[in-house]
This record gives sequence, structure tokens and C-alpha cells, in this order.
Amino acid sequence: MAQKEQSSQSIFTDLDDASTDAEVNKWQRTFRLWRETLREHWGMLTDELSVKLSMLTVAGFVVIAIFAPYIATHQPLVRQYQGDAGVLIDKWVEPSLLGADSEYLLGTTAAGYDIFSQLVYGTRAALMVGIIAAVFTAGIGTLVGLVAGYYGGKVDDALMRLVDFLYGMPLLPTVIVLVAVLGPNLWNIILALIVLQWRSTARVIRSQSLSLRERPFVKAAEVAGASDWHIISRHLAPNVLPMTFLYGSFGIAWAILAEAGVSFIGLGDPNTVSWGTMLQASRAYSALSFGAWWWFVPPGICIGLLVISGFLIGRGYEEITNPKLQ
Amino acid sequence: MSGNDVLLEVEDLKKHFKVNQGWIASLMESFGGGGPDYVHAVDGVSFELRQGETLGLAGESGCGKTTTGMSMVKLHEPTAGDIVYDDTRLSEASDAEIKRFRQNAQMIFQDPFESLNPRMTVYDTVAEPLRIHDIRNETARVQRALEFAELLPPEQYFNQYPHELSGGQRQRVAIARALVLDPDFIVADEPVSMLDVSLRAGVLSLLDRMTEEFGLSVVYISHDLSLLRHMCDRLAIMYMGKIVEKGPTDQVIENPQHPYTQALINAVPVPDPSVGRERVELQGEVGDIVDVPTGCRFKDRCPDYIGDVCDQVVPPLEAKTAFEQEVACHLYESAEGYDPYEELEGRPSAAAGDGAESTPADD
Repeated sequence: MAQKEQSSQSIFTDLDDASTDAEVNKWQRTFRLWRETLREHWGMLTDELSVKLSMLTVAGFVVIAIFAPYIATHQPLVRQYQGDAGVLIDKWVEPSLLGADSEYLLGTTAAGYDIFSQLVYGTRAALMVGIIAAVFTAGIGTLVGLVAGYYGGKVDDALMRLVDFLYGMPLLPTVIVLVAVLGPNLWNIILALIVLQWRSTARVIRSQSLSLRERPFVKAAEVAGASDWHIISRHLAPNVLPMTFLYGSFGIAWAILAEAGVSFIGLGDPNTVSWGTMLQASRAYSALSFGAWWWFVPPGICIGLLVISGFLIGRGYEEITNPKLQ
Repeated sequence: MSGNDVLLEVEDLKKHFKVNQGWIASLMESFGGGGPDYVHAVDGVSFELRQGETLGLAGESGCGKTTTGMSMVKLHEPTAGDIVYDDTRLSEASDAEIKRFRQNAQMIFQDPFESLNPRMTVYDTVAEPLRIHDIRNETARVQRALEFAELLPPEQYFNQYPHELSGGQRQRVAIARALVLDPDFIVADEPVSMLDVSLRAGVLSLLDRMTEEFGLSVVYISHDLSLLRHMCDRLAIMYMGKIVEKGPTDQVIENPQHPYTQALINAVPVPDPSVGRERVELQGEVGDIVDVPTGCRFKDRCPDYIGDVCDQVVPPLEAKTAFEQEVACHLYESAEGYDPYEELEGRPSAAAGDGAESTPADD
């Protein structure tokens, strides 16, 4: 500290600035700040019953996804039997759950795959798409939004025109085109979803940081000489975090829906089982007209459950971030 | 407190904000000629802040007092003019000099509910400036600053969040944050206007102690003249981005000369029904701050309007013969021999009709 030349008086005169005792670790404090924020949100979030149930549902799916190899009774992509002509339309096995005398809990598909095992492995694909896409959309969106909102001016203009451009592209058709060009692969679907979905997060976070930037506590940090990055990371980011989480949880639901949609159209990854590809197969073999409802109803229910849970969690979170909704 | 050394000098500071009209309008403007509109928030303000002095900036809402204060701590880049701190012009200062300035200039904001980050503990808030400037002995300094701000015992507040504190406590935390760097001067923007009346006295005495014990210079920005009278050595009255009257507080309050200052002081209620004061109520609205009127900015509301000279010649803030403070008004004779009528006659348009009352009224 540069001692003042003009006046020797100061409340800190007798402090020995050379000593380094009792320095509180910077990272420790930063870590604690984030931990407290997260804990506070977690507490508010788990207050509501619907949110709790949704979380249980999601947790259940996560457990199923992790232990899929132990839960599944068969290999999901191995034909359980061979027919005469390779592809068997009329030789599916009825589910043992309905009293049929078979070893397949939910029966088999027309092509001879075990439906229950496919369902279990499909959880993996759904959660992977949902979580990876959501983390990246929320992350990229938040970063772009913070930078655009904080710097304003030309940076803001450039980034927001990019967002405008992305808003001009319809979600599903664009994903279909991208996947058709890049190849039907689960990672390409995820990539396509990320490219299109960060736009809404960026918009909202930008508007938040635009208003936060003008708040006196940011001005106070500025007066103290804080760098741009310091202000963004310590003052803006923790305050937009609720919004990031909100868009993240909605993002999970959207990504799962979109993946199912793309797979249903037939652009899914042929080497992975997902609920969307199951639905697509059941449609291709006209399971509906044959009355084989155990083929397409379970994946439909799973998609519905997971998506609804995602939305309910997002909704619960929205009530935290926007008290007017309560 | 050492003498009359000038700590900070504000030289003809101007801050104009561009009126935001969207890009289509500005595109059309660039083709159709004529620049964009500007809000003349601060339009040529000069004063100096001495070592250990308290200076008050007063005026009605929108007169530019907060913008002036924010420019003084470099929250705004001035449109024109400059600020000289310790013989360094801030517009030409190097990064190291700016850093040193940042260390010595702090600000206290009006709203204690907004000026603390809701997601930071008291300790983090107060320690933040120290971390930015890499100052050692963080804990002891934070402790000392909180003690000075009468948040006792300081350890008890370390881990509290702003929402756990009262308004008065928050403002004390904000003051501790401003003090922790051991600054040379502090700009206090309406430091108590958001606080309960019962808490004001405490915070004000704290601010008072700050100036008296440590020789800090403070700029108080407020519309509350009784507060400024209590706190300040010198007072500057602003109107539409200009200082209209400046001088020792007692002089300005007891013996206001500019018609605007007179009206302002008359508006302060006196808690005594028997005190009969001559009421000067201002007519009309504050002038257009975008399309600034010619001549004196107060002319449309002025009860002592004296004709063309007010209309066409901008009154400079200058020493007058009759009293101590500096006033920007044509009513009084300049001590430096400046004659506004010379400028008036110099213009061909000055030959306008009635010509009545074109001599300075001396009342």
C-alpha cells in the first residue's frame, strides 16, 4: 500500500503490512461462495413436492442408465432368434409380464430384439443427449450472454446478431439437415442441438447482465479498480446462476425430445439404442396395426416421464428465480 | 488536516450522453446531416477539492450532480475537460497512475440495498478492493475497517450476507469498503437518503468522524441542504449541468445570491410556523437538457429575469464584487471586470425591440 505522503494519519497506520498472517485463501472463499449459492438453491428447490418427485424420477433413470448392463436381461442389439428369412415380421414374442410363456419381460420386437433391454439401454442415450446438450447450451449461452451484456456496444451487437441468425433457424429441420450432412451419429445430434439451443440462454443472460452491470455494487467494484474479468466472474456470474440452471433444466427436456424426434424420423444413430429409434422401428414394422402395443408404449412413457420431470424441475426453479410466479 | 493543498481539480468537466435512437434513425441522420442528440448531463463544471475538505454538491434531480460525482471517481469517461489528481491529468495518466488513483478514490452509493453484492459475505465485500490491489494483511485491515464503521464485533459480521443486515448496517459495510483502501477522498452520493431517519444520525456522525480524524476529503452529493449545511465546508449548487453558485457553506446558505439558490433554500421547510419567509416559488419546468437553451439556463424560471443579456450570454461562474461566493448570474457585477453586455452588443441580433431593463438590476 502506498502510504499517503500528505497525511500520516490513517486507521491502518499501526498495521504491519509486511506480515502475511491469517491470509484467507482466495480460492477457498470463492469456492465457499459458490457452494453456499448452490446449497441455498437446492434447499429452495426441494421444498416442493412435484419437484421432489421429478428429481426422484430423474434419479431413478440415472441409476438405470448407470447400471444398465446389470439390469438389462439381454443384449439390446443382439437378435434373440433367427427366423427363416432374416427379418421376421410376425414372429414377435409376447411379454412375459402379460402372462406369456417367454423369457422376455416386455417381449421382443419383430426383428427379435429384447424390448426391455432396449428400453434400459435407451435411458443411457436419452440422459447422455439431455445432460451433455444442456450443460453446453447453458454454459455457452451464459458465457456469451455475460460477455455481450457486460461489454455492450459492438461486442453486444455482433453476438446478438448471431443469436438473431440462430433464432431464424427452426430447431427440428435444422437438426435434421445437420445430422444428414454430418452423419447419423449420437454425437452429431448432440452437436446440432447445442449449436441451436444456446441462443435462448444467451438472450436471457444478456438481459440480466445488462441490468446487473448498472447496479451500484458493480460500480463499486469498478471504482475499486476491478478488472472486467473480475467483475464478470465475481459479480455477474453468481447473480445469473439461477437463470443458467433454469435454462439448463429446460434444456435437458428439449434435448431429449429433439433427439427422440430426430431418431423417430430415421436419422438416429443405428449403432445406439435410444427411445426414439425404438419408436421408429415400431412404426416401420407397423406395430400399431398388429396390436403390439408393448413395443411402442414403454419408450413413449419413458420419454414422457423424463421430459415432464425435466420441465417440472425447471418450473420449480423458475419459481425461485422469479418470485412473481408463486 | 493539512492546509489548503488542492487534492483534486475538476477542470471544465463535460459529460454528454448520446441519446439512443436505434440504428435506423442514426443511419438516416448520417445521410440527412446533423449529428445525434446528446443529453448535456454535466456541461462545463470546474472546482477543486482540497485536502481534508468536505465539499457539497447540491441541486435538484437531474442537474448532473451524480454524474459529476461518478466522473470524479472515473466511472464515466468525461466528454471534455479533465480531472487533475496529484498533478496527474487523468486523461493522460498511465496505467500505474490510474491504479494509484483507483486506490485513492472511493465512492459510497445511495442505495445500501443495491450497493452490496447479494451473493458475497461482508468479509468478501470489504476485502475485495484489497485483493484487487494486492494488499497484504487482509484480515486485519478488514477487521479495522469494520471496527471503524462501528460494526462490532467485526468477526460476527464476517460471514453474514447483505440480506441478513439492516439498511444502516449495510451502509456501514459500504463505508467500510470505501475506507479499507485508505483513500484520499470519497464521493458520497446521497449517503443517507435511503436510510431511516433514526439511522441517519449514526451514519452521518460516522462520516463526520471519517473526515475529522483522518483528513479525508469528501464530496457529498445531496439534494438535502440541511444535511449539506451540517456536513460541508464548501457548497456548490448545480442547475442543468452547471454550477450556479459556489462558496463557503455558511455564505451560500445564509446569503444566497443566485435566484436559483434562493429558491432552493426557500424550499427547505422550517419547523416553526411563526417564521414568515418570503416564498419564491419557481414557475415552469426545468429546461430541455438535450436541446440546451442559449444564454442562462435558468432564464425561463428566473424571477429576476432582466432581458436580452440573460437570453443570449451564458453567465460565467465568477467572483463578484458584492459578496464572497462565486455566482453565475448577470445580476451582479463581476469582480474581474467582465461585462456581458459587450458580448451582447457584439451580436447583430441584439438589436431586439423593447430594450427595457437592459441595465443590471441591483437588488
